[in-house]
Amino acid sequence: MSTGLPVIKYDKIKGVKNTPHEEFYTSGHRTCQGCESAMVMRQFAKASGPRTIATGSTGCMYVANTSYQTTPWIIPWMHTQLGAGGASAVGMAAGLRALMRKGKLPEEKINVINFSGDLGGGDMGLSGVSGALQSDYDLLIIMYDNESAANTDIQATGLTTYGAQTTFTPPGQKHRIMARRWKKNVAGMLAVGHPTCRYVATASATYPALDFLNKVRKALAIGGPTFIHTFDPCPKGWDFHPRYSHELGELGIKSGIFPLFEVIDGKVIYSYDPRKKGRVPVREYLEKQGRFAHLVDEDVDYIQQMVDKMWEEWEVPGVAPFRGNLNSAQK
Amino acid sequence: MKQTETDTAVLDQRLAAWDRKELLNGCQAVAQGVRLADVDVISAYPIRPYTEVMDALSKLIADGKLDAEYIIADSEHSQFEIVKHASSVGARAFAGSSGTGWMYGFEALVVTATDRLPPLFLVGNRALDDPGAFGVEHNDAMALRDMGWLLCWATTAQEALEHVLIGYRVAEDSRVRMPMALAMDGAFLTHSQHMVQVPTEEAVARFLPRYDLGPRRLHPDNPISIAPQVNEDWVMELRRQNWEAARRAKGVIVQAYQEFNEIFGERYATPFFSEFMTDDAETVLIGVGAVAMPARTAVRRLREQGRKVGYIGLRWFRPFPTEELRECLSRFRAVGVLDRNFAHGSPDCGGIVLHDVRSCLYPLASRPAVVNFIGGLGGRDISIADCTRMLEITGKAAERAGDEETVTWIGLRE
Repeated sequence: MSTGLPVIKYDKIKGVKNTPHEEFYTSGHRTCQGCESAMVMRQFAKASGPRTIATGSTGCMYVANTSYQTTPWIIPWMHTQLGAGGASAVGMAAGLRALMRKGKLPEEKINVINFSGDLGGGDMGLSGVSGALQSDYDLLIIMYDNESAANTDIQATGLTTYGAQTTFTPPGQKHRIMARRWKKNVAGMLAVGHPTCRYVATASATYPALDFLNKVRKALAIGGPTFIHTFDPCPKGWDFHPRYSHELGELGIKSGIFPLFEVIDGKVIYSYDPRKKGRVPVREYLEKQGRFAHLVDEDVDYIQQMVDKMWEEWEVPGVAPFRGNLNSAQK
Repeated sequence: MKQTETDTAVLDQRLAAWDRKELLNGCQAVAQGVRLADVDVISAYPIRPYTEVMDALSKLIADGKLDAEYIIADSEHSQFEIVKHASSVGARAFAGSSGTGWMYGFEALVVTATDRLPPLFLVGNRALDDPGAFGVEHNDAMALRDMGWLLCWATTAQEALEHVLIGYRVAEDSRVRMPMALAMDGAFLTHSQHMVQVPTEEAVARFLPRYDLGPRRLHPDNPISIAPQVNEDWVMELRRQNWEAARRAKGVIVQAYQEFNEIFGERYATPFFSEFMTDDAETVLIGVGAVAMPARTAVRRLREQGRKVGYIGLRWFRPFPTEELRECLSRFRAVGVLDRNFAHGSPDCGGIVLHDVRSCLYPLASRPAVVNFIGGLGGRDISIADCTRMLEITGKAAERAGDEETVTWIGLRE
């Protein structure tokens, strides 16, 4: 490398004790106790290292995370608009490539990473994320999903779980359930819709240990545009005690309501395969959160039924909701 | 007077600054400007009429005449964000749009100015929907007027090419660092062909230094945080910095035109606006954009009848040339302001330019009479006869009979 500066090594981290010690997301943020999205920030920065430029779309990881005169970022960081995550990554990657090709900047590998929330990345900015994944730039987009607009007062997004209470979906005397949409399957949709994108994954910051760190490294190493959707329990928005953040993430994955997978060059690899390891009832995940306190048995049964279908009937379980065609063709 | 050796050298140098003449429309002329500015990142999204500049640029890249990243965006919002962020890592960047497309990306335009980044945008002026219309109207670009942008109109394809160079020069100056909108009347200029002189790359290199964002460039060797949340604490001070930049921009613009004239020949007598037959004029019309063509013809014909009329083409709307225009307009008895835009519900229900012109004249002890014309909306032609009529109405206003209308719609089907 022409700068002679340390660059990231993309070896798989084996064992928690071998996690890099150096932090690139440090004190200064103002996130809540038990914030799993802050864990996502810390770990992606740790995994990608100092030769990284990041943009953060508007969202709780902007508003609570990056305040003037108390920035937690050791790496260069810039704000981008709510729906501009994909475009921000493309712009920076394009700028760096042009400047290096034209000899205006020393050539080296610089990681370009954007993080957007579920509202920014999964709703408003979906078109821009899609545009980025069609490009041929090296970039990574992380959609940190806490299933709500968590800095504006917990409003429902297209990724909020069916039935959840938010400020836009309060249970009432006439309507017990206001959140009637099934969670949008963003990672699956992006993997299916972008055949030249080489890496799409889902992850949790803390379960299984090191899984997310290694997925970030894999995404950065494989090249081209890549995407990771993280599942971030939010004590404030989901109404649970902050000490249970990691456990809820784990339960979400073990109940199968949040599938954990990678799509590498079109090949699906389950990071946690509930078909082999079994699924715990969704009720165990739901009942630990205040946002589901108003649900009755039939609601829980409906959610369980939808999750069962996802694993038992989908052609690519947990990834793509096509049903029957391949199987019937084989018959 | 006998020319000295130095004069000859200067003239030779100025002649050598020009490469060739080409038949180009406004969009193609801007594309030549972008090529000469050695732009690094271009982002495209189609909408008439600006879009032809992107057609021309993609062909320049395909033919190896321009080395730039060319990104076909998924929307204007992404298009503008792409060039904003390219600009933040130190790349010279270009985009553009028209009408509703411009408005679709407006959020990104606002933050480009508050981030103090200097990409250049072409606005091919177009009417806003509904109903759909392709013709020129200035409200798209005018929407930027309070947002901390440089905003300027070209009236010929030649001016359009030259203002890509002048635009980058001013926008990227460390005293300014504001985004630049170069506006052109849709169809009348974007798609009408002129013989355009194309400068040499060497001459452009002397005029336009490389883009250097200095300590504000985002790079791992310069790990800064740009635009962290400030809540209620710092917005006032940041707005004040934008305000200071907009004030400093005027001096930088004057300097840029001086140096442009030194390198390329005396092309611009005044930077902010052009004056036509105003020397002993009593009545003038002031307008923006390509309407200069029929207006100048009308002025010339009225002059042939001995009428003391003139035309002023307002080139820079932001920063507004307050002192310069005040001094200029104070020489006349009556000023007619022609707005190719609307400002519904504003004072007198006049146009946008009216308000700024009137406001700039207010401190004068003795002010010219000011009347306003709304015309040419949605691409309707403003004819020579229309311009003659406007000059006549303005002339009557000079007599201050007291019964004159402030705002007259010109060319309206009634």
